[in-house]
Amino acid sequence: MSAVAIPGTTFRGKVTQARVIPSEWTKLRSVRSTRWSLLVATVLTIGFPILAASVISSHWGHQSPEERANFNPLDPALIGSQIAQLAIGILGVLVITAEYSTGMIRATFTAVPRRLPVLWAKATVFAVVTFVLMLPSVLIAFFASQSILSRHHANIAWSHPGVARAVIGAALYLTVIAVLSLGLGTIVRNTAGGIATFAAVFFVIPPLMNVLPASWNDAISPYLPSNAGRSIISITHDAHALAPWTGFALFCGYAAITLVVAAVLLVRRDT
Amino acid sequence: MIEARGLTKDYEDKRAVDDLSFDVHPGIVTGFLGPNGSGKSTTMRLILGLDRPTKGNVTVNGKHYRDHPAPLHEVGALLEARSVHTGRSARNHLLALAQTHGIPRGRVDELIDVVGLHDVAKKRAGKFSLGMGQRLGIATALLGDPQTVMLDEPVNGLDPEGIHWIRNLLKSLATEGRTVFVSSHLMSEMSLTADHLIVIGRGKLIADTSVADFVAGASKQLVHVRTPQEAALREILSGLGATLHTTDEGLLEVSGLTAEQIGEAAAAQKIVLHELTPHQASLEEAFMDLTRGELEFAAAGEEAA
Ligand SMILES: Nc1ncnc2c1ncn2[C@@H]1O[C@H](COP(=O)(O)OP(=O)(O)O)[C@@H](O)[C@H]1O
Ligand SMILES: [Mg+2]
Repeated sequence: MSAVAIPGTTFRGKVTQARVIPSEWTKLRSVRSTRWSLLVATVLTIGFPILAASVISSHWGHQSPEERANFNPLDPALIGSQIAQLAIGILGVLVITAEYSTGMIRATFTAVPRRLPVLWAKATVFAVVTFVLMLPSVLIAFFASQSILSRHHANIAWSHPGVARAVIGAALYLTVIAVLSLGLGTIVRNTAGGIATFAAVFFVIPPLMNVLPASWNDAISPYLPSNAGRSIISITHDAHALAPWTGFALFCGYAAITLVVAAVLLVRRDT
Repeated sequence: MIEARGLTKDYEDKRAVDDLSFDVHPGIVTGFLGPNGSGKSTTMRLILGLDRPTKGNVTVNGKHYRDHPAPLHEVGALLEARSVHTGRSARNHLLALAQTHGIPRGRVDELIDVVGLHDVAKKRAGKFSLGMGQRLGIATALLGDPQTVMLDEPVNGLDPEGIHWIRNLLKSLATEGRTVFVSSHLMSEMSLTADHLIVIGRGKLIADTSVADFVAGASKQLVHVRTPQEAALREILSGLGATLHTTDEGLLEVSGLTAEQIGEAAAAQKIVLHELTPHQASLEEAFMDLTRGELEFAAAGEEAA
């Protein structure tokens, strides 16, 4: 019999939260579909506002004075983030559900049997990556679109009250979406189910509110996660919307609750 | 060292593991044997804390798996179900796991070479053959240079060369003083690698014994006899209390008498014998005998044989 020599190692390291974070970063960057989704989110966040501003600018001469008066220059600037939220949300779900569908979760939990460091690391890594990509994207989108609109003096200045908050807020909003969708994915543990839940919360339920009597709609709608979160992105506030930071704080609360429920289930359930 | 005490696991109303108690000792290869569906994989998931026992308790090197501050240095495991993200390369897979313990990159590259995945280390694991996947699983198990190695059906899907490699690996690991726990539904595989056997059926412990004792204890001694005067011989041997069975090939299988007793009885009646062979039941037969009553489906038994 020929002995199989397995080289040993004297290295002995403990699992720490600080070590699980780079591990999750390796996981995130080493899957091609993740890199593509993030690239698409970035390109759309920058590209759509430039496209939208160009179209608006070229039609500006045909617009009625009324239309011009109602035009909000922030709308085209932040239109990309509306699309990016879908990409970020789906990716947030996938960050965990892909581990369940491929079986990777068993390797992950064998290495980190206490499990919670994995959830915190995933949330940290994905939130930081989202913010680091999305903040420059929305800034570029804002300044590029406003420079196009400035030909017709239809732009809005960075120094205008609320503008900086709304633009940076768009990046913050997407960052919280990253955490919230990770939480949803962890609770549901299934890619299709997780994406469906995310889409229901952000895209299906809000418009459904319009079938309610106006007084109900006004009472409920502002507190929906998507509307609460988006109040930070807007500079034109209708009477029923929550104040920007109040809404955003509520949105963070929703994300925190989702993540806590996810954490409790993650520790309790079999894999 | 693995110590299970009253380990029980229910899935809905199905009992997968039923009051299992056993110890797995260092320095030898302990085989974990049972037909398909007998609860081997479930037991291993319970050991790793991936599933929670309904009742009972299992520790590795004196602690619950999850209480080890550096689990990959305690136990290396290869699970039966694939545990790799299909979109990630072998190298990044190992690196991500290594990073949780701060294990240096050099160790990852070293293991990739040892298991022979050097040329495909940057390929997506989803494109791996079953054999390459097993090798990646072994590399994962050995990453932390663990004291205890636990492999669930490691030879599944391997080519003969790979099977040979695994057998030698298991023996080497045990010789180094490690605890080696390896499952299989094939007795023949266990007989080639294991020193000790833990046999289960329907989640229950059937035997916890050395391989040698298992064979000796479970097998009935058979004597194969060939004679042109079968009817006459049958009558005599029945009279001496033997149990008789004629095989399809016309061979008479005798149990309950030794070859000497049969030979002398035949000689006394001047019956001609063309063949008289004591036959030690094979391990596979012993295993089949032992688990016969425990098989959930006859089909599973045929598969195991
Ligand atoms: N996650 C699970 N949910 C429900 N039943 C399960 C689960 N895992 C295993 N079982 C059942 O438990 C029994 C033992 O399965 P398993 O441990 O895979 O056996 P083995 O590895 O010996 O083939 C089988 O009947 C199987 O169907
Ligand atoms: Mg199994």
